[in-house]
Amino acid sequence: MNAPAEAMTDNRIPTHTPRQNEESADSLLQIRDLKKRFSLSGDFLDQLRFKGGKLVRHQEHVHAINGVNLDIKRGEALCVVGESGCGKSTVARTVMGLLTPSEGEIRYDGNRIDNLSSRQLLPYRKRMQMIFQNPYASLNPRMTIQQTLEEPLRLHHPNWKRPQILDKVEEVMRSVGIDPDWGKRFGHEFSGGQRQRIAIARALAVDPEFIVADEPISALDVSIQAQVLNLLMEAQQERNLTYLFITHDLAVVEHFGTRVAVMYLGTVCEIATTATLFEKPRHPYTQALLSAIPRLKDDRPQHIRLTGEVPTPVNLPSGCVFHGRCPYANARCKQEIPLLQTQDDGTRVACHAVEEGRL
Amino acid sequence: MALLEVNNLDVRFALRQGEVHALRDITFTLERGERLGIVGESGAGKSVAAFSLLNLISKPGFIAGGTVNFDGQVLNRMSERGLRKVRGNRISMIFQDPMMTLNPVLSIGEQMVECLKAHRRISSKEARAIALDKLRQVQIPSPDTRLDQYPHELSGGMRQRIIIAIALLLDPDIIIADEPTTALDVTIQAEIMALLLELCEQHNVGLILITHDLGVVSQVTQRMLVMYAGRVIEQGPTREIINDPQHPYTQGLINALPQMATPGEKLNQIRGSMPSLSNLPSGCAFHPRCDFINRADGQPRPACTQQVPGFVESGNCRVACHMVAEMLEDRRLKEETS
Repeated sequence: MNAPAEAMTDNRIPTHTPRQNEESADSLLQIRDLKKRFSLSGDFLDQLRFKGGKLVRHQEHVHAINGVNLDIKRGEALCVVGESGCGKSTVARTVMGLLTPSEGEIRYDGNRIDNLSSRQLLPYRKRMQMIFQNPYASLNPRMTIQQTLEEPLRLHHPNWKRPQILDKVEEVMRSVGIDPDWGKRFGHEFSGGQRQRIAIARALAVDPEFIVADEPISALDVSIQAQVLNLLMEAQQERNLTYLFITHDLAVVEHFGTRVAVMYLGTVCEIATTATLFEKPRHPYTQALLSAIPRLKDDRPQHIRLTGEVPTPVNLPSGCVFHGRCPYANARCKQEIPLLQTQDDGTRVACHAVEEGRL
Repeated sequence: MALLEVNNLDVRFALRQGEVHALRDITFTLERGERLGIVGESGAGKSVAAFSLLNLISKPGFIAGGTVNFDGQVLNRMSERGLRKVRGNRISMIFQDPMMTLNPVLSIGEQMVECLKAHRRISSKEARAIALDKLRQVQIPSPDTRLDQYPHELSGGMRQRIIIAIALLLDPDIIIADEPTTALDVTIQAEIMALLLELCEQHNVGLILITHDLGVVSQVTQRMLVMYAGRVIEQGPTREIINDPQHPYTQGLINALPQMATPGEKLNQIRGSMPSLSNLPSGCAFHPRCDFINRADGQPRPACTQQVPGFVESGNCRVACHMVAEMLEDRRLKEETS
C-alpha cells in the first residue's frame, strides 16, 4: 500500500520521465495539475451557519476539474470527450483564460498564461481563438457580419488601414464559404450552419495557430455537421492549425481527432491516439462509452450496461471516481485514486484493473 | 386492417405571410406492436407529423386533409371529448425534454395518480400501486421514495424513465416518442432506448420513434420514413433503407455520417441546406442540393425542376424520386424487350 504515495509524487512532477520530456518539447499547450472549483455557497455572509450553538463557516464546491494533465502537440487535433458535467467545457474555458484555474498551470508555447492580466494576455488571444457551441448565442445580434468580422482585426491590428481590414474580411469570408456580399446582413438572417461558418471565420480572421472548439457542431443538423466538420479540417490543413476539440460525439472524434482524452467527473481516465482508442479501449468507462454509439449496422442496442448514474461533483466519490458504476471495481478502487499510467503502445490509462491485469 | 392508418395527411399553417404547407401527402400504416421510425433534419416536419396524429396541432395550424384511422375511429374528425379518451390512454406521447412534460409543482406520485384517475375509476390507493409497478418496470431504484419526490430532484435520465413509466401507465397500444433521448448523454441514451425497446416488445406496444439519429432508428425500428421539407421521400423496411438507400437525400444523409467515412478524410457532405417551407423550390424540393438531376447521358432531367415526384415502388420501399423512377422504368423496358 505504499505504492500510491510514490505514484502520487510521480504525477505531481509531470516532466519526470523522458517520454514526457519528449512530449513537452513539441507541445504547444501544456496543462499541469489543473483544478477548478466553483463555489456553491455564495459570499461570506451566506456561508455562515449556526451549528450546535456556534457560528461556523460552511463552504461547498463543485469540483469541476480535479487534476488534469494534458499536452497538446503542434498541428494535432486533441479531442476531449465525455458526458455532460465531466468538466470538458471547463477545461476549454480555463485554457482560453475565460476562467481562472483554482490550482495548476497552463503553459502556452512554454510561457505560463493562467496568471496573466487581460492586457498581458492580448498577444496570446491573437494566437488562440475559440469557437462556441451555439452560433445563435455567440454572434452579437446587433452587429452585422461585416462588423463582427472586423472587430477582432481592429483589436489585434490597431495599425491596419481600412482597405487592409476589408481585404482580410473578404478573404476570410471566402475561405469559409460565405458570400462576401452578405456582410451587411445580421446574424439572425442566417441558418445555423451558416452562422457557425461565420463564427469560424471570426476565429480565423486573426490567423491564429491554436483553436479551441467547444462542441462546434452539436447544435447542427447531420448534413450541416458534415459541412462544418469538413471546413474545420480544411482550415487545419491549409493553416496548420492545432485544435482542442471538445465534444460528446464519439463518431466525430473517430473521424476528426489525432488523439483523444476521455474525461469522467473532472479527471482524465484515458488518453490515446484515435485509432488505438477505437480499436482497443482500455478503461471500462471508455469501453462503455464506445459501445453506446448507435451504429448503423446494429439491429439492436449493443451497449455495455452501466449501473447507476454519474455522481455529483459536489461530493466526489473516494478512490476512482468511476468505481460506483464500474463492473470491475474492487476494494482498492474504492480507496485509491488511480493515476494515468503509460502502456506499451503509448496509451495512458488511469485504472487499477488495467494496471493489475484484471481487465 | 392495420391498427393505425394514416392516409394523405396534409397539415397547413395559416400565417399572415400566407399559408405554409407543413406536411403533404403523408401515408403510412402501423401494425400492432410494430416499431416505426420517422427520420429527418430539423424543419422536415417530423414533429408536426407526430403531433397531427393526435390532432394536437394548435392554431394557426390545422389539418387540411387526409385521415388518421386508429382502430376504426377517424382521429382527426373526432370531438375533443372523444380524443381525450384516446390521448394518453390508447396512444401516449414521450417528448424530448422531460422537464417540459413533468409538472414541477407536483410530486411524481401525484402526477401518475392524477393521470390514472383521469382515465379510470379507481381509488388513489390502487392508482398508487399501479404507479409503483410501472416505476419498477422502468428499473428505477427505490421506487417508493421516488413517488414522493419532485421532478427537480431527479437526474435527466431518471426523469426520462419516469416519462416512459407515465407513457406506459394506461397500457397504451401505441407510444409516439418525439426525440426521446436527444437531451441525454450517450450512455444514458443507450440505456433509455434499450429500455423503451424492451418494454414495447414485452407489452406488444407499437412505437413511432421520431429522431434525427439514423443509428438509433437502425437499432430500434422495423420500418422507417425519411422526411424532407414536409414530405416523405422514402419509406420501407429499416434494414433495406439503411443498407441500400434509393433516394439521393437518404443516401446523402447516411454517407454524411462520420462513421461512414475513412477517418481523417473529407466527409461526404450534402451541399446547401433544407429550404424553408414557405419558399419551396419548384419540382422536387431536393433538386437544388441533388447530384442526380442530370440523366445518365448528361442531359438535364426536366421533371426534377418542374414536377413534384410521385412514389414509385422499389423492392419493398417506396421512393419519391424522378431518377429512381426513370431507372426502374429503363430496367422494366429492358426486361420486356429481352
